[in-house]
Amino acid sequence: MIKLVGVEKKLGGQPVLQGVDLSIPVGKLTTIIGGSGSGKSVLLKHMIRLMQPDRGEVWVGDVEISRLSGTPLNDVRKRFAMLFQGAALFDSLSVFENVAFPLREKLRMKGPEVGRRVEEKLQEVGLEGMGHKFPAELSGGMRKRAGLARALVMEPEIILFDEPTTGLDPLMAKSIHDLIVKMHRRFGFTAIMVSHEIPEIFGISDWVAMLRKGKIVLMATAAEFQRTTDPEIQEFISVGGTVALPGSLVG
Amino acid sequence: MTNVIERLGAWAVTRVGEMGRMLLFLLSAFAWLARPPLRFHQIMKQIHFIGYRSTFVVVLTAGFTGMVLALQGYYSLRKFGSEGLLGSAVALSMIRELGPVLAALMVTARAGSAMTAEIGIMRITEQIDALDTMAINPMQYLIAPKLVAALIGVPLLVAIFDVVGIYGGSLVGVDLLGVSEGAYWNSVQSAVEWKDVYGGILKSVSFGLIISWVCCYKGFYTRQSAEGLGSATTEAVVLSSVLILVGDYILTSLLL
Repeated sequence: MIKLVGVEKKLGGQPVLQGVDLSIPVGKLTTIIGGSGSGKSVLLKHMIRLMQPDRGEVWVGDVEISRLSGTPLNDVRKRFAMLFQGAALFDSLSVFENVAFPLREKLRMKGPEVGRRVEEKLQEVGLEGMGHKFPAELSGGMRKRAGLARALVMEPEIILFDEPTTGLDPLMAKSIHDLIVKMHRRFGFTAIMVSHEIPEIFGISDWVAMLRKGKIVLMATAAEFQRTTDPEIQEFISVGGTVALPGSLVG
Repeated sequence: MTNVIERLGAWAVTRVGEMGRMLLFLLSAFAWLARPPLRFHQIMKQIHFIGYRSTFVVVLTAGFTGMVLALQGYYSLRKFGSEGLLGSAVALSMIRELGPVLAALMVTARAGSAMTAEIGIMRITEQIDALDTMAINPMQYLIAPKLVAALIGVPLLVAIFDVVGIYGGSLVGVDLLGVSEGAYWNSVQSAVEWKDVYGGILKSVSFGLIISWVCCYKGFYTRQSAEGLGSATTEAVVLSSVLILVGDYILTSLLL
């Protein structure tokens, strides 16, 4: 569904992506790992055309989006939702209004239907009764949950997660991971996650890709990834240890 | 020497590039404004923020400006025995110059800086990216309503500024310094012509455009840091203020 071909990007004169080739499997949870500053978030932003590649192509289905703008780009973006690192909730709106925002602004939905769908999503992410609160009144974990509810409310085909557990304690990070897996199983969207959480991601991801020196050096199922013999990859993943496979979604 | 010329050239290229980007930003905002849906609620919210919430500071500034103008004018006019012309001096100064310029500078300081900071924070915290991912154009949702609100709000604030300033002048001239009330208001009525009011409106609309354009642009392209946001806000206020004063000179020379 999403395919990147030879994507190159320089930021401030420094090469960040140096010919990324990547195919994201439909309906699976794919996690992109890599060192800090390796360009994982930059790569994710190319998939929804928040960033434009200097060279290369980004395909979403049969549409090449790297040079797209206006209505055709918006039509592609309607298939996506994104959970940002800091959740990117609108400060001036309550949690309810944040989740209702895409329904009201994109679908021009009004009345009790909005309330019903928002309450349903808030309940699914464990924020029932919190709709009246503002983002500033929420903890980091609650903000991520609210962001996830906003991402889910339009029932997108693809959801991008940009380091969804950054800044959370291990328990809260686990609960966000569990929530992502639960929602992924329930709604069947294609999930692409950028994460540092090794080894946890091997327990929740179907596929894992590693970005190093601006290129995807390995993409494999979570189980195969852990068995790689590449010493640099082994060193990278062994810092966090490995996780037992029974918890994995793979197989 | 070559180094100096090189640096000067690089500076000039950067500035010209920036001006081009600013122009494209403005054209894009107007283009998105013309496309449905019309975000009436957003426009009203911004008029409330730029207009209504600036009223107090504008009234305060206008009152004292009118008062000091009457005080200065009275002592100058008394030398020629023309105290009766105080009303026209205050009214013309207010309507033609001080009203549009001072009201615009106050709006820049209060609402313009807040606009830059708000949009800048939205940029830094990825709220603008979030709008993009929802296929909602930030120019249409965020910038265009602010532009329209400033074009409506600033002329209304200038009108309030003029009226309060003339009343402030009357308070000092008539009630404190003893100029005849009839003479004051008669001279206001006889001196102010439609072209003065028209000039004031034209200036206030232009200044409204400058404030919203510059402040939104600076916020929208804020660098991703707290320092960047601080610089963007300062640059927005300084550039808006300078452009208001330069624009005032150009418009005055064209209108005279």
